[in-house]
Amino acid sequence: MIGTMNKVKGVYEKYGTVIVLLLLVVVISLMNPKFLTTYNILNIFRQVSINGLIALGMTFVILTGGIDLSVGAILGLSGMVLGLLILAGTPDVLAIIIVILFGATLGLLNGFLISKVKLQAFIVTLATMTMFQGITLIISDGIPAMGVTSNAKVLDFVSQGKTLGLPFPMIVFFIAFFLLYILIEKTVFGRSVYAVGGNEEVARLSSIATVKTKALVYVISGAMAALAGIILTSRLSSAQPTAGAGYELDAIAAVVIGGTSLAGGRGRIFGTLIGVLIIGVLNNGLNIIGVSSFYQQVIKGLVILVAVILDRKSSR
Amino acid sequence: MELLMTNIKKSFDLVKVLKHAQIHVKSSEVHALMGENGAGKSTLMKILTGVYTKDEGTIVIDNKEVQIHSIRDSEKAKIAFIHQELNVLNEMSIVDNMFLGREITNKFGLLKKKEMKALATEKLQLLGLYVDADDSIKSISIGKRQLVEIAKALLLDAELIIMDEPTAALTEKEINLLFKVIRQLKEQGKSFIYISHRMEEIFEICDEITVMRDGTFIGQKKKAYTSFDEIVKMMVGYDLYERFPRIDIEPKDVLLKTENLTLEGKFEDVSFDVRAGEILGFSGLMGAGRTDVMHAIFGSCPATSGKIYVRGKEENIKSPKVAKKLGIGFITEDRKNEGIILDFNVSENLILPSLKDFTKSGLINNKMKLEETEHYKNKLNIKMASPTMKIANLSGGNQQKVVIAKWLHTNPSILILDEPTRGVDIGAKKEIYEIINGLKAAGVAIIIVSSELPEVLGICDRIAVMREKRLVKIFNRAEANQENIMDFATRG
Repeated sequence: MIGTMNKVKGVYEKYGTVIVLLLLVVVISLMNPKFLTTYNILNIFRQVSINGLIALGMTFVILTGGIDLSVGAILGLSGMVLGLLILAGTPDVLAIIIVILFGATLGLLNGFLISKVKLQAFIVTLATMTMFQGITLIISDGIPAMGVTSNAKVLDFVSQGKTLGLPFPMIVFFIAFFLLYILIEKTVFGRSVYAVGGNEEVARLSSIATVKTKALVYVISGAMAALAGIILTSRLSSAQPTAGAGYELDAIAAVVIGGTSLAGGRGRIFGTLIGVLIIGVLNNGLNIIGVSSFYQQVIKGLVILVAVILDRKSSR
Repeated sequence: MELLMTNIKKSFDLVKVLKHAQIHVKSSEVHALMGENGAGKSTLMKILTGVYTKDEGTIVIDNKEVQIHSIRDSEKAKIAFIHQELNVLNEMSIVDNMFLGREITNKFGLLKKKEMKALATEKLQLLGLYVDADDSIKSISIGKRQLVEIAKALLLDAELIIMDEPTAALTEKEINLLFKVIRQLKEQGKSFIYISHRMEEIFEICDEITVMRDGTFIGQKKKAYTSFDEIVKMMVGYDLYERFPRIDIEPKDVLLKTENLTLEGKFEDVSFDVRAGEILGFSGLMGAGRTDVMHAIFGSCPATSGKIYVRGKEENIKSPKVAKKLGIGFITEDRKNEGIILDFNVSENLILPSLKDFTKSGLINNKMKLEETEHYKNKLNIKMASPTMKIANLSGGNQQKVVIAKWLHTNPSILILDEPTRGVDIGAKKEIYEIINGLKAAGVAIIIVSSELPEVLGICDRIAVMREKRLVKIFNRAEANQENIMDFATRG
């Protein structure tokens, strides 16, 4: 009896979030068969790619025990910079590279203040979030930059193009996932991230470059937010001054649903992938079965709570 | 109070932790409960204090059988437990800590602060602690916090006080004060169960000794009619012979030398050297600055002035990374906060300081990682089920061996060990001494910081004594003894 209980527990620990995801898929597709069509599934992947990219970067930050509230604002500001660069006649490939570096630099600012000046991540990124939102409004005058993709072939492809029949944002998301998976699971840097989150003092006394590690996770987070901003801007074909608002919370939710501990040191990037999909399936599926958007929010909140409760139970 | 626990049994998930445990404490008695880690001492005490419920057996207090199912039950039975990691809230005042969870309120539910303070102050002064109970608890030393915990037990009218490793973090002076208080309370009829690994203390303060091994009662001895060797034999199950094995070799070149090393507020003008194949001990009271000197040498908290020479060359060690490159290893004092990451498994902890050695074309190689862990498991006799088990599930001694392995892998020529055997079983202690001796024979320069004088005297070649931020004396082993070391450590 105890044996089987432990087995059930073990299975949940390993595949818990996957089981939740599959359950959601089964229930929603039973309620509306349209959910489980190739068209809709690809659609979900396209929808989740933006939150997904941010959540991947956020996973690194949270694994060190930090938090990055500024990702939504970085997304908005990067998108606006991209829009303005394109409208000013910058070739789109160059503009993309500049914007990713720009996002990384904003992340470096966060990282510097948190690791070197030793301020709390919550406060720092709350402050920079507010600043970045303001700068977006300043440089855009509060007006959207329209028609961004009309003369930019690469951006147009980012928005509409398909590779092997798959939407391009989905491809970007999976490539990013694969690369970041290798980075966190297989490299010295990845081990350092877990070590800093697990116990910073132990890491430091084990001659690990803790300051550099803590700064770099925000650089990754910033760059991923900028990449998400590029995709959002090309999808909308315009840069909206308030585009990024709220993205940080969805990203944090995805990471937490995926089983990563906010205290740092514990979690898997694979979990974040599943967390992102759970949120995506909920958003899409609840729409398809006709749940009002008011109720959708309540259900999403409940799912987050249930995921965290189950995670806590299984880690005991 | 007279307590008799007989034939106590307890299993967790089919693992029998207690098979046949027993303890008989009489009133006005300090009773030592001894046994290696994992012998079942804590489980037995947790049953007595209602944290766990026994499967079988009886608990008799003053000739009446009692049932203890919760912490409240044990409090009602007038039993108090003072944990090793004192359960105090650092941000709260002394009085708030003492009344935590049992605050006195008036009929409107408002706190009666004056009354609580008066009661707290009375109990504190009874123990010779004259502090303002409104001061925050972190403003007093750990030794005094220990006394606050005892005062809290007195508030509860406890007749039996259980103390788990109470002296682990105390200075000699504080230990003497604690023992004075224990003796005084014993005179008044209170009983104590005293858990400690320190043999000298057990023989100083205790009247009776109960020994456990593998969840089983092995025997009870009166202090007057037993010896170190007999107790150790009962604990480990075989003759240990020498507690401090020692090898004598001729030290070679000076590998590490400091000159007037100073970090303001922490230590001043510290000059010493260590040679290859030599063990230098650092003795002194807590807070004398010993650990800070080690952090300066290791670069984790660099000195502000003075010089460090490694192999004759002056070096600027500004981070642990630099220290590691120079061949310095540091096994820190506080294992849980500085030595291991509890969430990590054994092999993940082991590779931390040398991550780069475990990569192939930039990626961490799992096979190398596991092989190396297996290698150290055999070399240091680490008892573990697998290299991927959580380090939190190893005993203290085995965790310490992993920390040692972690630094052995970096192949240090200078190794600093800060309290290397704290919270470690006697059997494992001896194994750690043997590992250290092996390194000495291989020509490593070794520094050991230790608060246990017998240990320092037992294995070191020279002994440096620090007092109030200064290095006041370096003894050769032949001229050092407990008295003259303590004299230098406290005089002034």
